[in-house]
Amino acid sequence: MTRNLIGWLQALPLAFVLAGFLVAPVAMIGMVSFWGSTEFSIYPAFQFENYRYLFSSAVTWKVFFATFKYAAITWALTLSIGFPVAFFLAFHVRSQTLQVALFLVCTIPFWTSNIIRMISWIPFLGRNGIANKTLIDWGVIDQPLEWLLYSDFSVILAFVHLYTLFMVVPIFNTMMRIDRSLLEAARDAGASGYQTLVHVILPLTKPGIMIGTIFVVTLVMGDFITVRFMSGSQRANVGRLISNDIALLQYPSAAATAVVLLVTVLMVIGILLRFVNIRKEL
Amino acid sequence: MEPRPRSFYFLAAFFALFVLFLYGPTLTIAVLSFQGPRGGLTFPMNGVSTYWFADLFREQAVGDIWGAFRRSFALGLMVMVTTVVVSVMAGLAFRKRFAGSGVLFYLAITSLVIPSILISLGVGLIFNQLGFKIHWATSGFGAQLTWTLPFGLLIMFAVFNRFDKSFEEAARDLGATPWQTIVHVVLPIIAPSLIGVALFGFTLSYDEFARTLLTAGSYNTLPLEIFGMTTNVTTPVIYALGTLTTVFSFLVIAGFLGTVWILGKRRTRFGSDAGKGV
Repeated sequence: MTRNLIGWLQALPLAFVLAGFLVAPVAMIGMVSFWGSTEFSIYPAFQFENYRYLFSSAVTWKVFFATFKYAAITWALTLSIGFPVAFFLAFHVRSQTLQVALFLVCTIPFWTSNIIRMISWIPFLGRNGIANKTLIDWGVIDQPLEWLLYSDFSVILAFVHLYTLFMVVPIFNTMMRIDRSLLEAARDAGASGYQTLVHVILPLTKPGIMIGTIFVVTLVMGDFITVRFMSGSQRANVGRLISNDIALLQYPSAAATAVVLLVTVLMVIGILLRFVNIRKEL
Repeated sequence: MEPRPRSFYFLAAFFALFVLFLYGPTLTIAVLSFQGPRGGLTFPMNGVSTYWFADLFREQAVGDIWGAFRRSFALGLMVMVTTVVVSVMAGLAFRKRFAGSGVLFYLAITSLVIPSILISLGVGLIFNQLGFKIHWATSGFGAQLTWTLPFGLLIMFAVFNRFDKSFEEAARDLGATPWQTIVHVVLPIIAPSLIGVALFGFTLSYDEFARTLLTAGSYNTLPLEIFGMTTNVTTPVIYALGTLTTVFSFLVIAGFLGTVWILGKRRTRFGSDAGKGV
């Protein structure tokens, strides 16, 4: 009993913050999603109007599809970049100091501003940007490419740029815990490098891949600012749908969309969590 | 040492490209922020000057950059201290497997993966409906904690998973109270990791955008201010600002990592006096 009591006391601040700034806001959104609104005010009610409108609008389905598309493409790219990077760090760098240093090189951008990292693509991708100029100089193209900036391409590029390290770190973490004698055993048993990778390393790295996947998928699905900025407001995902409603002070409608988004994200995570026990993997 | 396989060189090149991809754009705007006074948002460089940096210190045409910086800095410190204290306490709590720990753990994970705009919207709605004033130091502070605390907690899990319990048992055998054990044994041992938690707390708060958007009130934090600038500023001054705040972030990161490194050095030097007598 005392053990429980001390535990509760120590957990109290965390519980307090989460209750006030996670549970209560989500409950509030759930409540407001049934409210009504006029052009400039919202009023308490219990109606399904917001949801009915949401599901009857063709825009909703299109935007949800776009959100899944962004998540799927970004996931595939971050995984295919993150895995080799983590693999190189974990198995090819032999000096531990260098390993730590290179790992930090990969993580430092995480602690800098996402907004600025997005802005910094403009001189590259613009109509007269570095990419277009270089390609013209090389004679690959005659006209500047128009789809480099403010397109799906730039949105996904920014996602990959911002979120690949969420894939690298957990994969690296699990790779470092693989017992090296297993690799030796595989080699002694005559496995080629490729066979060791596919039959030994890959299965053992799955938890890390899953954690990275959860990060990337939820970050992309919940995003609204990258899509808005990198597409020059020409593309939409669910997050932007919500933020547009907020800008128009249509809080009940924003809340209904937010509830559907939350349920979708939690379902995706629920599926992914079946494959991994997060607490064991830290 | 055995010779490097061919895959090594391939992967090393891939890694180098990845690092270039990570840092290249940031370096580009760092270079472009030294544009001449007539220079534009992209190459070619129209002369080299510190005109745009000086511009930041002149009377501001739009917004209040330095006020925003001060607010972000203060908020970062508040979030940092709170994150460290709350994460350590929660980390200690979770070692005991108290009733309800499972629920709290899943709440923390939810806090991490929930789309940020829900926190922003929900907190904003609650403050509005309850008639509280939305302010970066109240609603903004709480909203940011929902992002930094789960990271702090996960780090504490990683730390305590590797923690050697025999230190605590030894302290207890020597007659230390639970409180003395924590203050004199546990905390000094986990100190470097706490600096890591502090680094997450400060930097994630300092750069946080989505959760602060609807919860900062009438006074913007720096990322909000910068985002506002993207819509109406078309000169390299925005690169100059970006470069300055990135340099500031790098200095902060270097400061934290340097402290961890120095702690490690001291520990190896003064580390153990076991068996040396009194």
